[in-house]
Amino acid sequence: MTLPTTALAALGTEGAATVHQADGIAGLGWLLIALPALGAALLLLGGRRTNSFGPALATGLSWASFGVGAAIFVEMLAKPADERAVTRTLYSWVPAGSFHVDAGIRLDQLSIAFVLLITFVGSLIHVYSLGYMAHDPDKRRFFAYLNLFIAAMLTLVVADSYLMLYVGWEGVGLASYLLIGFWNWNPPYASAANKAFFANRVGDVGMSLAIMAMFACFGTVTFTGVDAAAHNAPTGWVTFIALMLLLAACGKSAQFPLQSWLGDAMAGPTPVSALIHAATMVTAGVYLVVRSSSLFNLAPTAQLAVTIVGAITLTMGAIIGCAKDDIKKALAASTMSQIGYMMLAAGLGPVGYAFAIFHLLTHGFFKAGMFLGAGSVMHAMGDRVDMRTFGALSGKMKTTWITFLCGWLAIIGFPLLSGFWSKDKIIEAAFIGEGWRPWVFGLTTMLVAGLTAFYMSRLFFLTFHGRRRWLEGDHPHEAPSTMTIPMIVLAVGSVALGAVLNFAGFPGWLEPVVGGHGEEHPVLPVLVITLLTQLLMVIGVAVAWMKYWRDEVPQVAPRGSAVTRLAANDFYQDAFNDGLFVQPGNALANGLAAGDDTVVDGGARGLGVGLMDAAQSLRKLQNGYVRSYALTMLAGIVVILGTMWVMQ
Amino acid sequence: MTSLVPSADFVPATINVAAVAPLLIVTVAALLGVLVEAFVPRDKRYVVQLTIAVLGLLGALAAVLTGARTNQTTTVAGAIVIDGPALLVQGSLCVLALIGLLAMSERLGSDHMDAFTRDGASAPGSHAEGLAQRLGATTTEIYPLTMFSVLGMLIFPAAGDLLTLFVALEVLSLPLYVLTGLARRRRLLSQEASLKYFLLGAFSSAFYLFGAALLYGYAGSVRLHDIATAIGTVNGLDGLLLPGVFFVLIGLLFKIGAVPFHAWTPDVYQGAPTAVSGFMAACTKLAAMAALLRVLYVGVAGDRWSFQVALWIVAVLTMVVGSVVTIAQSDIKRMLAYSSIAHAGFILVAVLSFDRAGVASALFYAIAYGFSVIAAFTIVALLRDADGSEATAISQWAGLGRRAPVVAALFTLLMLAFAGIPLTSGFTSKFGVFNAAIAHGGTMGIWLAVIGVLCSAITAWAYFRVILVMYFAEPAPQDAAGAARVVLPSAASTIAIATGVAMTVILGVVPARLLELATQNSQFLP
Repeated sequence: MTLPTTALAALGTEGAATVHQADGIAGLGWLLIALPALGAALLLLGGRRTNSFGPALATGLSWASFGVGAAIFVEMLAKPADERAVTRTLYSWVPAGSFHVDAGIRLDQLSIAFVLLITFVGSLIHVYSLGYMAHDPDKRRFFAYLNLFIAAMLTLVVADSYLMLYVGWEGVGLASYLLIGFWNWNPPYASAANKAFFANRVGDVGMSLAIMAMFACFGTVTFTGVDAAAHNAPTGWVTFIALMLLLAACGKSAQFPLQSWLGDAMAGPTPVSALIHAATMVTAGVYLVVRSSSLFNLAPTAQLAVTIVGAITLTMGAIIGCAKDDIKKALAASTMSQIGYMMLAAGLGPVGYAFAIFHLLTHGFFKAGMFLGAGSVMHAMGDRVDMRTFGALSGKMKTTWITFLCGWLAIIGFPLLSGFWSKDKIIEAAFIGEGWRPWVFGLTTMLVAGLTAFYMSRLFFLTFHGRRRWLEGDHPHEAPSTMTIPMIVLAVGSVALGAVLNFAGFPGWLEPVVGGHGEEHPVLPVLVITLLTQLLMVIGVAVAWMKYWRDEVPQVAPRGSAVTRLAANDFYQDAFNDGLFVQPGNALANGLAAGDDTVVDGGARGLGVGLMDAAQSLRKLQNGYVRSYALTMLAGIVVILGTMWVMQ
Repeated sequence: MTSLVPSADFVPATINVAAVAPLLIVTVAALLGVLVEAFVPRDKRYVVQLTIAVLGLLGALAAVLTGARTNQTTTVAGAIVIDGPALLVQGSLCVLALIGLLAMSERLGSDHMDAFTRDGASAPGSHAEGLAQRLGATTTEIYPLTMFSVLGMLIFPAAGDLLTLFVALEVLSLPLYVLTGLARRRRLLSQEASLKYFLLGAFSSAFYLFGAALLYGYAGSVRLHDIATAIGTVNGLDGLLLPGVFFVLIGLLFKIGAVPFHAWTPDVYQGAPTAVSGFMAACTKLAAMAALLRVLYVGVAGDRWSFQVALWIVAVLTMVVGSVVTIAQSDIKRMLAYSSIAHAGFILVAVLSFDRAGVASALFYAIAYGFSVIAAFTIVALLRDADGSEATAISQWAGLGRRAPVVAALFTLLMLAFAGIPLTSGFTSKFGVFNAAIAHGGTMGIWLAVIGVLCSAITAWAYFRVILVMYFAEPAPQDAAGAARVVLPSAASTIAIATGVAMTVILGVVPARLLELATQNSQFLP
C-alpha cells in the first residue's frame, strides 16, 4: 500500500520536507551499500586466492563508498533545504498480496550524516586494521566481515522503510556477532557473543512487533508513509509502537535494562570495538528513535520512557566506568553512558533530536579515536588490558598519548573541543521544560558530566601518567604508521568537529527531517549551566589527578567500597538477568522437555550407548510409552473439547 | 452433485483426465517401480528405480504446469477438486519430493544406499540380516514406497470429500510407516519409531473417521461443499457438527504435528533415516497443511465461531511447546523435529485468519520451509563420527566451522532462515503469516502474532546455539573421536542441498514470484 509522494507531502507535518525521486549522484546511492557488500562477497567466496590483496581491496572499497557518500553530500548541499530528501525504489521486494514492500533507499540530511560518519570512521578503521591485524593468519576473513558490517550499517541508515532498516539491523547484528567471536574458539568469548545475541534478540522482538503493528495500524512501513499516517492513528497504538521501537533501541544501543552485553563484547578485536561498539552500530538505537520522531512526538509517554532510560543508563555507565580496571571495559562503560546522553536528548523531543545526532557524530570520532589508542597501548603491552599494570606511557608512545589526550579532552567537555559543543547542548536542553523534569534530567546530566571527567581522567592518568607499573618484559613502543595515522585523523576530528558543525549550523541543517522547535529557555541561565558544568569537570579531573597520578596506585585492585564492587560487577546485572530470565527460562524449557521426554519418550535418549543396551531399555519402554503418547493426545482432546463446551 | 447416500440410479463419474494427469503419472511410476522390484536384476535396480521415480515426478510436474493448470475443475464425481491451491501444492510437492528423493538416494560412493538397511524385514543383528548383507541385498523398494506416498500427498490437497481425503491420508501414511523403519544404523530405534508412528497414526485416523461419520450424520453427505451448505441450513444437529469438525481436524493436525498431537514427531524424525525425516518434514507438512486449509475454508468455515477457539488453543500450544522444547534439545534431529512443530504453529496462525491472504501466506511458508528443512536434514546425513554413523549430537558438531567451513556456512544459513532473519525465506514467510493474522484475524489474530513473534525469538536461541557450537566451540580432547566429520556427498545430495539452500536465499531476497503465485492461487473452488 503506497500513496503517491505528493499526497504524502500534503499530509506531512509542518516543516517536514517533500521527498523527491533521487536523480543525479543520489540515484547511485545504492552503490554505497553495493561496494562494501561486493568486497565482503569477493573475500568470502574468493577464498585463499584473495589473501594477498583482499585486505587492501576491502579498504579501498570502503573508501570508495565514502567517496560516493561525499559526492552525494556535496550534491545535496547545492539544493535548497526542503528538496534535499530523496528516495529511490530499488526493487519490489514483497509486491503481492495484502502487503506491499519496496526495497528502497532514502537519502536525506539525517541519513547522509550517518553515511559520512560510518564510511569515514569505518574506512579509517580499515586502514588501522591493516596494521593491527597484520600478523593474523585469518585477516582476509576479518576484512570481509568488516566490509559486511559497513554494508549492513549503511543499509540500516539509508533504508526508506522500517522493513529495510530491519534488514540492516539484523545484518549489523550478524556482523558484530561474527566479529566479537572472530578470534575466539573458547567458551568465555562464545559466552560474550551469546550474551550480545540474547540482548539483541530481546530488542529484535520489539522491532518485529513494532513493524507488525505498523502494518496493522498504518498499512505501510515506509518512513514517509508512517509519518503521514501517524497523525490519524489512535494514541494507544502509536505509544505501543514507540515503546517497542525503544525496546529495540535498548537492545542495539546497550541501554538499560539490556546494557549488560556491551562490556563482554569487548572480547572482539579492538578495531571492532572502535567501529561497532563505539562509533556506529551501538548508536543505531539513537538513529531509530530520531528517525521515528514523528511517532515519538505523538507519544509523550514513550518519549518520557526514552528520557528515563537515557538518564538511568548514562548514570549507570558512568558509575561502572569509575570502577573498571580493564581499559576496554572502561571505555565500553563510557560508551554506554554517552549513548545514554544521546538517548536522553532524543527523548526530549524536537529540542533534543538534533543535539542527540550532533553528540553522536562527535562521539563517533573521539570514542573511536580512544579505542584505537587503547588498541595501540595493548599492542605495545603484550595485549594486556589491565590499566593497573600500565602507567607513564606518555614518554614511550608520543603519538598515541597526544591523540588520546585530544579524545580525553573532547569527552570531558573541555572548552571549545568537540564534546564541549555537543554535550553541553544536551545538558542545556535537559534543563528545558516544566515541572520536575528539567531539574531531574538537567541535574543528572550535569552531575554525570563531572563523573565523566573523573573516570575518563582516571583512565587517562592510569594509562599514560603516574608511575610505571609495567610487568617484567614490557617494552612499550609506538605503533606503525597505518595505525597512528587513523588515530591522528580522528584526534583532529575530536578537536575540531564540534566547532565546525556548530558554526556550520548542523542542528538547523537537520531541521527538515526532525522538525523545528520554537525558542525555549532552560530553567537556569545558559551561562550558569555552562559554568557549573565546567566547575564539576574541573573537580572530577582534580580528584582523579590526586588519586591516580599523584598517589601511588597498587598493581592489584583493592577490595574497594560496596559501591565500587557494585560498579565493578556491572551492578550485578548478569546475576540479575540470570536470576530473572535465564534460570526460570532454563527451568521452563527443561521442565517442558522433561515432561515431553521423560513422561513421553525418555527411552530414545539412552540409545547412543549401544544397540544392546538400547534393546534392553527399548524392550522395557515399548509397552509403556506409546500408550503415554496416545494418552497425551486423548487428554489434549478432552481438555480442548471441554474448553469448547465451556466457551459455547 | 453426487451424494454417497445409496440412490436409485448409478451415474458413472466423468473424469477430466488432464486435470488428474499428475496423479495418474505418479501412480504409473509407482506401479512400474513395483514391477521393477520383481523383474529387474538386483544390481540394475537402483539406476532403473531412480530413473523411473525422477521421470515420474518430473512428468507430474510438467502435467501440473501444462494440462492441469488450464483444467481447474471439480472432477471424478466431486472427489477431486483441482483448483489454484491444489495445483500450487501439487507442483511444489513434485519439486520437494524430487529433491527429497535425491537425498534418499545418497550412496556415498558404495554400491548401496547409505541411509537404508539391506533387509528391512530381518531382525536387527540376526543371521538373516547378515545373510542379506553378504548377498548384497538392496532396498530399492523405497522408490515405489516414496512414489505411493507422493501420490497420497498429491490427492490430499485436492480431495473434495472426506472419504477421498481419508484414502489419501492412508495412502500417504502407510508407505511412510515402512520408510521410517528402514534405517541402516540404529535399527531398533528406527523400528520402534516406525511402530509408534503406525500406532499413533492409526489412533488419529480413528478419530478422523469418527469425525467424518458424525459430519455425514449432520450433513447427509461427505462432500465438503455439501457440508458447507448444510451448516447454513440444518438445525438442531449441532451435537454432531462440533465434535465432528474437531475429530476430523485431529486427523489432519496429527499429520502436521500440532500440539497435543505432536508426540510422535521427535521420535519418528530421530528414528527414521535422515533423508526420510527431511521428506516427511517438508512434504507431509505441506500436503497436510493444504488439506487442513481446504477442510476449514471450503467445508466448515461457516461454523468457525464455535470451533476456532479450539484451534487457537492448538496454535498457541504448538508454538509455545514447539519453541520452548526446541531449545532444550541436544540431538540435532530431535531439535529439527521440535522446530518443525514450532513452524507448524506459525503456519496455523495464518490458517486461522480465514482469509485468502492466510491461504497464500500459509502455503508460501510451508513451501519455503520445505526447501530449507530438506537441505538441513540432508546436511545432517553427511556429518559422521569416526564409525561412520551419523553424528547427531549437537556437541559433536563443535568446531565444525573450522573443519568444514562450507558445510557449516550452509547450515548456518539454514538456521538463520529457521530463525526468520531478513533476506532468508524464513523472514518472508514469518512476515507473511503474522501479517495475515494481524490484518485479517481480528483481535485474536493480533494476539497470535504477538505470541508467534515471541516464540520465534525463543526458537532463534536454539538455532543460534547450533551456530555457536559450530563456530565458537572446540570438541573436548576426549570426544575427538566422536567429533563430526563431513563425508563427501555424491551429486544426488549435492543437488538436494544446493536447491534447498538456493531456494532459501531466493525466497528471501526475491520472493516476489512465489508470493504472486501463492496469492493468485489462494482461492479454493467450492
